[in-house]
Amino acid sequence: MKISEIAQLVKAEICTKNYDPEIEIFSACSADLMSDVMAFSKSNALLLTGLINPQVIRTAEMMDIRAVIFVRGKKPLESMIEMAEEKGIVLLATDYPLFVASGKLYKNGISGHGE
Amino acid sequence: MASVVERDYIIPANDFTIAGEASSNVRKILSQLGVAPDIVKRTSIAMYEAEINAVIHGNGGQAHVEIDENKIVITISDQGPGIEDLELAMQEGYSTAPDSIREMGFGAGMGLSNMKKNSDILDIKTAVNEGTTVKITVFFK
Repeated sequence: MKISEIAQLVKAEICTKNYDPEIEIFSACSADLMSDVMAFSKSNALLLTGLINPQVIRTAEMMDIRAVIFVRGKKPLESMIEMAEEKGIVLLATDYPLFVASGKLYKNGISGHGE
Repeated sequence: MASVVERDYIIPANDFTIAGEASSNVRKILSQLGVAPDIVKRTSIAMYEAEINAVIHGNGGQAHVEIDENKIVITISDQGPGIEDLELAMQEGYSTAPDSIREMGFGAGMGLSNMKKNSDILDIKTAVNEGTTVKITVFFK
């Protein structure tokens, strides 16, 4: 699914300038603990999280995660936006809570770990 | 890629803003050397987990990295409290991290198992009140 469709589904705001609507996302992972994210091994992945700190961007970098959606109305810090732009990671933000945002994407065909 | 690349990094204690810098740098070097993306990813995860552990558990430490044509060897050592029960610490979900660390997004109890899963050889030497040294080897082929 294209990142633009994902953004529409969860009514997300785009936070980084490097937004490319054509980026393809095949799977997603929802977690607030970054080591749980690193136990996830899919490619072209999206991360949904309620955690706001620079380590979210670092984790995305190490995991080749293309895009991160911050949930529950949380917004990334300016320093996180800068780091993400430098590393080519797209940041989005939605008001939906983690469960609802994940559910909307799952229902529309984004799979998770082990499928 | 015949010659050996060596790098040394200082890992500052309790500094979450720059934690991961060393791993990010090594990741860049491996990509520039043309190492396969899946190997770069495995190495990055293993080193990043070890680096984060040194920050949160080890009062900071240092990393020494050696890359030759066949492999990368990463040694991360700290002079922290050491690991009391290594077998228990290797269990997925087991964590001694305080809530303050969990609020930062770590302490899931997956660090050591993620390191093991992503290394070809993982060697951990630890002694209570002396510190911990983690040696991660990843082969390129």
